[in-house]
Amino acid sequence: MKKTLLVLFGLTLMFGACTSVKPYQKSRLNDSEMQLTARKVEKTENSFQTYREASSGANGGKTGGGCGCN
Amino acid sequence: MRKLCLSIVGIFLFCFGGWSQSSSSSDDYKNLNLKVEDVNIVSGYYSQNGNHSAVTGGIGTQKLTDVSNTIDMKLVKYDILGRKHNFNIEMGLDHHTAASAQYVSTTGASRAGGTRFYPSFNWQVENEEKKTTFGLGASLSSEYTYHSYGLNILFAKKSKDENREFTAKGTLYLDAVKMLEPSELRPATTTVITSASSNGHSGGDNIPSSARNTFDASFALSQVINQRMQVAFLTDGVIQQGYLGLPFYRTYFNDGSVHIENLPGSRLKLPVGMRMNYFLGDRIILKSYYRFFMDNWGVKSHTVSLEAPFKITPFVSISPFYRYYIQTAANFFAPYGMHTSNDQYYSSDYDYAAFSSNYEGINLRLAPTNGVFGAKGFSALELRYGHYRQTTGLIANNITMNLTFK
Repeated sequence: MKKTLLVLFGLTLMFGACTSVKPYQKSRLNDSEMQLTARKVEKTENSFQTYREASSGANGGKTGGGCGCN
Repeated sequence: MRKLCLSIVGIFLFCFGGWSQSSSSSDDYKNLNLKVEDVNIVSGYYSQNGNHSAVTGGIGTQKLTDVSNTIDMKLVKYDILGRKHNFNIEMGLDHHTAASAQYVSTTGASRAGGTRFYPSFNWQVENEEKKTTFGLGASLSSEYTYHSYGLNILFAKKSKDENREFTAKGTLYLDAVKMLEPSELRPATTTVITSASSNGHSGGDNIPSSARNTFDASFALSQVINQRMQVAFLTDGVIQQGYLGLPFYRTYFNDGSVHIENLPGSRLKLPVGMRMNYFLGDRIILKSYYRFFMDNWGVKSHTVSLEAPFKITPFVSISPFYRYYIQTAANFFAPYGMHTSNDQYYSSDYDYAAFSSNYEGINLRLAPTNGVFGAKGFSALELRYGHYRQTTGLIANNITMNLTFK
């Protein structure tokens, strides 16, 4: 319960700190290194980690189907 | 409890309140012709070694190499209503050699190499006025012992100021696992088959298949925090049903008998993740990722990774990265010779053992405005190398190259 409250408190602080950023202010956010999805060059490592570990998902990649891994 | 509920409701109201914020509409020229936006070629080489092969019951070599190549092309066009259509066509081809695959046959006579072919097609239509995206996709993956058909549907909505985006995606995989069993456990009628992974091996069509179906509901919420920071929350709800093991994975019991691994017929997975990227100063970016994972097989894991791209120039960056992963064992896992005949489910596949792993490496990215090596159209070159170590003794190296053409 304490952990949940702590996480919620953290999220509230984070979202509370949001500022409206105009398109012309997004030069840093639009940098190719700043993208929030896994990049194409990370594809093969996401794949082998899915095979060699029991966990997958929450990273935009495969979650267990479509290949010989589970 | 009431306060907790109010907090959750408050956060979501705060988040989704942003949908009503206004912004200027775009009157840019829309190209009605289909044009190639970019082409990516991704090539990788992976090698591993260890001493806990599942084919031989949790002992024996895990030596494996894999060469992978994918090419994808993104095409874009606008329709007369001003909606943007994205078409993504991808073709992938992997070839692997696995030393343990030889021992599907007890004599070591099985072929150790195999090829996987996996094309996919995705279409998305984006309404830039309404800030919505709708998409459909299909994929195929084919190798000697495994075939998969995938379908997906996607919906995304951006806030008016484009500082927030919510994405929901549903994916269905209909897979078929060929029931290629170890030679000593195989029914006499199919003894001609000795390979786990070779393409076109004679008699392969006679092997029966078992179904494995996966449904994934995936959700993501990304949010701009300020001019330097953005975050994303990601989660999947995954249900798998059918034959979830592999038929050539042996399990040795404590009485010396050998069996094919036997896993439960369904699995529910729940990963929850968060990414946070921060642009520190003018040259350094901090990229962090955390994921908690749990399933109904008893596996719980934590993943933390950090990458710090350093911009040597605006177009050249070098990024050291590190990833730490730790998992608990699945309920049915036990090492070689430890299972008993009382066990309902059993496996000695070390992917389900309790272990931790470290993965570190470096990424180099070149994206000069006049093209890589001065070649116009060759817009970016990325090279990434990583070294992986598990506490089970498994060691792996992975190198990937991505070439982007625009």
